[in-house]
Formats: sequence, C-alpha cells, structure tokens
Amino acid sequence: MADFDVGTPILEAPVAEGAKDQHMVLNMGPQHPSTHGVLRLVLEVDGEIVVRLYPEIGYLHTGIEKTCEAKFYQQVVPLTDRVDYLGPMANNLCYCLAVEKLLQLEIPDRAQWLRVMFTELTRLNSHLIWLGTHAMDIGALTVFLYTFREREDILRIFEEVAGQRMMTSYFRIGGLAMEPPLGLLGKIQAFIKTLPEKIDEYSNLLTGNPIFRNRLMGVGMFSAEDAIALAITGPTMRASGIDFDLRRDMPYSSYEKFEFNVPVSNGCDCWARYEVRLQEMRESVKIVQQALDGMPEGPVKADAPKIVLPDREKMKTQMEALIHHFKIVTEGFNVPAGEVYQAIESGHGTMGYYVVSDGTAKPYRVHMRYPGFASLQALETMCKGRMLADVVAVIGSIDIVLGEIDR
Amino acid sequence: MTEKTLANRAEVLEGLPDHPAVKALLAWNAEGLVDARFDRKELTLTVAPSDIVPALQALKAAGYNAFEDMTAVDWYPNEPRFHLSYHILSHQYKERIRLRAMVSGDDPAVESATVVWPGANYYEREVFDLFGVRFEGHPNLRRILMPEDWTGHPLRKDYPVEGYR
Repeated sequence: MADFDVGTPILEAPVAEGAKDQHMVLNMGPQHPSTHGVLRLVLEVDGEIVVRLYPEIGYLHTGIEKTCEAKFYQQVVPLTDRVDYLGPMANNLCYCLAVEKLLQLEIPDRAQWLRVMFTELTRLNSHLIWLGTHAMDIGALTVFLYTFREREDILRIFEEVAGQRMMTSYFRIGGLAMEPPLGLLGKIQAFIKTLPEKIDEYSNLLTGNPIFRNRLMGVGMFSAEDAIALAITGPTMRASGIDFDLRRDMPYSSYEKFEFNVPVSNGCDCWARYEVRLQEMRESVKIVQQALDGMPEGPVKADAPKIVLPDREKMKTQMEALIHHFKIVTEGFNVPAGEVYQAIESGHGTMGYYVVSDGTAKPYRVHMRYPGFASLQALETMCKGRMLADVVAVIGSIDIVLGEIDR
Repeated sequence: MTEKTLANRAEVLEGLPDHPAVKALLAWNAEGLVDARFDRKELTLTVAPSDIVPALQALKAAGYNAFEDMTAVDWYPNEPRFHLSYHILSHQYKERIRLRAMVSGDDPAVESATVVWPGANYYEREVFDLFGVRFEGHPNLRRILMPEDWTGHPLRKDYPVEGYR
C-alpha cells in the first residue's frame, strides 16, 4: 500500500528543511472560483510542481447534526436539503429511508417508484452541474451554458412538484408530500426524451476536444487500492476499476426492479471519471424512462395515520384526521429506540445517514456520511508531483460540494 | 437471513452462526466479542475499546474490505458515555456491519483506526473535534470543522444547541 500522507500540518512547518530557497507555500481559496464553494487548500510548491497539499475545511460548518437533535423527525427533512444542496432529493431519500427503517414502515409502491424517478433526476441535476463547472474550470466555457439550460428544465420540474427549485423537501417520512400535479409525468417524459441528444451534444463538445483531453488524461491517477484505503466511493471509485454500486448491489426503494448498467473504467485518471459520469447520466435517463413506463398506481403515503399527515381534505372533514394532524404537528411522533445506518448512492458517492433514537419524538443523534468528506482525503494523493494547474482539474473530477463536507 | 431481532451475544451466536463477521471475530478472540445485536437487519458487534484496531484488522481480513463511516454518540450522563460506531462494508458479501466500542467519559481515548484504513483520518478528526474523543497514534489529530481555537466539543450533550454565551 502506498504511504498515505493525509493531511500533513503544513501551516506549522511551512517548508521542508533544505528546500527553503526553492519551495513556496501557496494559499488557494477559500474564495477561489475553482474550489466549488469555500474550500481552502494550502499547497507547498516547487516551482509549478505540487509537493504537498493540505485541505482546510469547516468554512461552511453550520452544525446541522446538532440542529437535528433539537427538531422533530419530520422537521429534519428540510435541513437535509441544505447539506448537499445540489442533490436535495437524494438527501431527503436517505434520511427518510433511515427513519422508516427505524419505524419499520412499509412504503407504497408508487411512492417508491416516484422516489426513484426523482432521485435519478437529482443525479442528473448534480452531474449536469459537475459537467458544466468541471469543463469551465478546464477552460471550455460553452458547456456550462448548455448544461445549465438542461438543469433549468429539471429545476422547473422540481418547482412544479415541490414548490421549490433547490430546497425541495418533497419526500416525507412515510412517502411523499403529495401526488405530483397532473401532467407533470408528461413533462418529465418530454424532457427525458430529448436528454440523450443533449448528452451527445456535451460529448461532442468535450470528448474530442484536444485541450480537454490533454488536461484530463493521465492526470490525478488514483488506484483501486487507494480508493478502498481512503474510503472513496461513487463514480470516483468506479473510475478506478471497482465495480460496486449500492443501487445494484444493496438495492433500496425498489431499485432492484430497474435495469441499468453500472459504468466502470480502469482508467484511474480524471478522464476515466469524466467518462464514467457521462455514462451514468445516460443510465439515469434509462431509469427515469423505466419509472415512467411502469409507474404503479396507488397511494403515495404509507397507511400510518399517527406518522403521516392526513390529506388536507380529510383533515378538514374528519375528527379523527384532525386529531392526528394536531398531534403530529405539535408533538411529533415517537420513534422506537434503536439505531440504523442507511446508505444510498447519491450523485457523488455513498451517502449515509446514521440515526439513533431514544424513543422520543426527536432524534437522539443524526450523523451524515457524505462522499465529499472522504474524497478530500484523496486530493493529495491525486495531485502530488503534478503541476499546479492539474489541482483544478482534479478538484473538478472528484465532484465535491462543500455543503456536504462541512455540514 | 433472519428478520428477527437478536438481542444479545448468545442469541446472535445461535441465530447467525455462519455469519462471516461473527466467525471472524470469534476466531480472532472469542472473549473479545463482548456483545452483539441484530436489529432491523443490521448487525452490531461490540468489542472493548482497547480491541478496536485488532478487531478491525480481523474483519478486514475476513472480507469486510471497505471502511465507510465512523462516528460517536454521546449518552451523557450515562457511563460509558461515548459509543463509537464503525460502519464497515463488504463488497464481496454486499453487506455492512457495525463495530461498536463504548468509551468512558473520563479522558476518552482509543487507538486510531488509521493504521488499518488511512481513510479513517478525517472521520476520527471529526469525532475528536465534535466529541473530544482522542485517537492515539493518529497522524494529525486536530480540529477539522471548528476553528482551531474553539473551546468545547459541540456535539456533546452537555453543550447547549446555541453554544455558550
């Protein structure tokens, strides 16, 4: 195994002895445009070659995990949106699945399929932003405008279904907030139908582009062994040749009923990560199409009146429903004591929620495992000995969102 | 696999005798497996805090190859106060287990898992930062999310949600 040097405290011993006249310490961020948020990197460089790299994080730390402990279970859902703010529905799904596992609640088929469909749209949304910003970092500005055009379509779908473009909070413990509006599935169908062409369009702009190729190929090498050692997951891991995807291998929310391929590459470099993610977008399109074709009929909320809020109509007309509504809103609902860890495959990798209940209406502890946190540990391994400009390409290729890292 | 809750060590040993993780830990040190629980299809194996690293090594050798997550829960004012949870995934068995160690609130410290998986680095720094549990042998044990000069450990239960005023 390689000798990993995750996080040498650069600030205390700035430059290696004997290299004082050649090495320089360079600060990158936290407001650097290519660090995708507020990531700060401290680099020791020998000319233009990166000798050491140290990520400084925490600039976006809001203590979401602590806040969760003071909220009712349902009130945590809107907080989860704000963690990985580019994949809101995936956050909602992971948290809801964890609490439903604690409650041992059965979710109706239609809700599960709608969840899969919206989570895949979320993945597309996340990958579109990744592709646009990644290409922009490398200097291909046009792609950004194209991917944001399609992202806008997805956000319009989200707005129609949840009332919010980015912070959707559409999933509820026990199902969905409500049935999607009439005609929405048709709009999703129309969007999905054109998307493969659009992906070809991005691919035409980038895949053959000599600058893009030269900036990515052979850059940020990262072996399968390194990926396992550093807890790297998701597309970054699959681009290092490890064939593992939670959607296929440990299915949740009825993913086992969908057919899709898991793109894997043995390239181990930024280019492989680009290809894997681009291929993943095509697979997501397939999953959304299958969800639209086979969408089961039925309710979108579990039959659990003490946990799921009643429909508005029922609440206004039935005494029982009114009481349940009042109780759920004012006191929440008690969750049996226990602990669960639920992981899903988000756009960036393995997202996991560890929820501990002590039997009351508020979670005793919510821990969020996000892929970006681990990915940062890989930065130094990927960048060491490479040019400074490659750092920008590598950050783009591991697809991080600082909201999920700092929480 | 069974759906039932298996509440203690004896029940798990009887209900899941062929489970690779249980077998691996028994082969490593039958006395070392202090407690076990199988609940909501999740297996929790408890070892003494001093046994964390050898237990992780035994599990890694048994096919639980990927470190996924590590965190703590503060059960203040109960003792042992901190429950550490290591979530380890097996790509081969397509299954995840939880290794548990209970650490006393009085000068909490365990050995660092970075010798088994270097990727545990940030996770242990986070637990150190937010709970104040020290990890012996960690290469760079310092605050990660809170500022360097912060006082207190925010995720402890005796730390107010709004912070100290």
